Amino acid sequence: MFPELSPGPQLLPGPRRSPKADTGALATHQTSIGTGYDLANSIFSPDGRNFQVEYAVKAVENGGTSIGIRCKDGVVLAVEKVITSKLLKQSANKRIATVDRHLGVVYSGMVPDGRHFVDRSRDEARAWRDTFKTPIPTADLASRMGGYMQAYTLYQSVRPFGITAIVGGFDSELEAPVDGEVGNGPSVGAGGKNPDKKYGGPFLYMIEPSGLYWGYYGAATGKGRQAAKAELEKLDLAGTGALTLEEAVKEAARIIYVAHDDSKDKEFELEMSWISGAGGPTKGKHQEVPKALREEAERLAKKSLQDDDDEDEEKKEDDKMEE
Amino acid sequence: MEFGTSGSLSEDGIHIDMDRLKKGEVNLGTSIMAVAFKDGVILGADSRTTTGAYIANRVTDKLTRVHDTIWCCRSGSAADTQAVADIVQYQLGLFAMMNGKPPTTQTAAAIFQEICYSNKDRLSAGLIIAGWDERHGGQVYAIPLGGSLHKQPYSIGGSGSTYIYGFCDSNWKENMEEAEAVDFVKEALKEAIKWDGSSGGVIRMVVLTAKGADRHLYLPDTDYKVRHT
Repeated sequence: MFPELSPGPQLLPGPRRSPKADTGALATHQTSIGTGYDLANSIFSPDGRNFQVEYAVKAVENGGTSIGIRCKDGVVLAVEKVITSKLLKQSANKRIATVDRHLGVVYSGMVPDGRHFVDRSRDEARAWRDTFKTPIPTADLASRMGGYMQAYTLYQSVRPFGITAIVGGFDSELEAPVDGEVGNGPSVGAGGKNPDKKYGGPFLYMIEPSGLYWGYYGAATGKGRQAAKAELEKLDLAGTGALTLEEAVKEAARIIYVAHDDSKDKEFELEMSWISGAGGPTKGKHQEVPKALREEAERLAKKSLQDDDDEDEEKKEDDKMEE
Repeated sequence: MEFGTSGSLSEDGIHIDMDRLKKGEVNLGTSIMAVAFKDGVILGADSRTTTGAYIANRVTDKLTRVHDTIWCCRSGSAADTQAVADIVQYQLGLFAMMNGKPPTTQTAAAIFQEICYSNKDRLSAGLIIAGWDERHGGQVYAIPLGGSLHKQPYSIGGSGSTYIYGFCDSNWKENMEEAEAVDFVKEALKEAIKWDGSSGGVIRMVVLTAKGADRHLYLPDTDYKVRHT
């Protein structure tokens, strides 16, 4: 005789239910407890959930808030670094990483997982440069890293990434040479191109533990994501009168401060980076926001929070419920 | 690189290895060129393929498509250049599918160069890559024997090219109209065919613009005057 194969439901503790009752019970409860279906990756629960991935999302939701803003002339990344010990040196232990000259990554969740994500991103960027002799477009890096994270939801031997990563980049709007080429084309430039079309520009992607990724105007993840998203939605990021890069830096600082407001007890440090086009302040490179600008942004952020508090107090007196 | 003991040292000290090709290997003793013009780029080539003194093919097509509007002119070993072009064609096809957009001429040039450079000891391939893409327009890249990469306004190659350096230098103009550029290529290749024993047959051209690839064919029977289809 063959040993009887044990499909998922038989591993469950408690009395076995008929399949009919089983689906009914799970559909009504929708618990976040896996009851046996969360013991390994690559196992679906009967109602189509992967609990390991959902637990990874929980890890992200406990991490310091990270945001990214894509404005008309660049990208800003910002992260709330919760200070876990007074013994840690100020402004050391950077959390925003440069992946390639024009690419930056910030993440919320488990920092070691984030470090590995950054390492792999650098490998991907390097591999692209080796084969195509040109910088990797932001969209292609997001696609490759999305695929990489997705792979970690498939196998028994691994666990999903405990991070949600925000990838910001500026694809050159100029015509870049092939790395290592010599010589020039005609001095009048190459003929027959479409002069109206614009290429390159700022891009922003967010990649979740499931491997899901989308392009965003504004992205937020981590503990304060709800408040941060609400603030991001108020900004004009898609319209023609869109934010400038410097305004975006100030907004980013303010949003991190607003998002932190709910958990005021813990101290934090703000870390910010930015990427502009070739004509902008960073000349197409991903760099830390200069100290002077960051401090100015933080001063404004604190002032704005103070003003809001004052306003709230005034309002309280004539707070009427209206419909 | 292995230099070997064959070949001869010429007067100026440059070592010419006459046995680069294997005995009996099919050679594209050739005249090829590519020219960027106002709306794109034109590739041109003769059609002679030789095995020593024997003309193995008098109507060869040395203009090879690697993507819709990225082509290359091949010179050197027929086998080597075909193999390299096949690899690049595959890579560019894959690139287009995976990225949802056509590759640029740069992408093609980068892949060609990597293959030519990393296999420089084993290949005899002199290539001219020419392509049109929406972002960069018409472009010409030359990859000579060692595997270096040169961006040029126009490029000539193959044994026949030695006879037309002067012609091209005095007749080439920047930003030519299509008809003018076709004429320039045709006249240059006519001279190359006239003087170079290893070049001959028909003149083939490909015009790459926003409209796609357009093939030209000119026969010696009509003194290369009439365009055949």
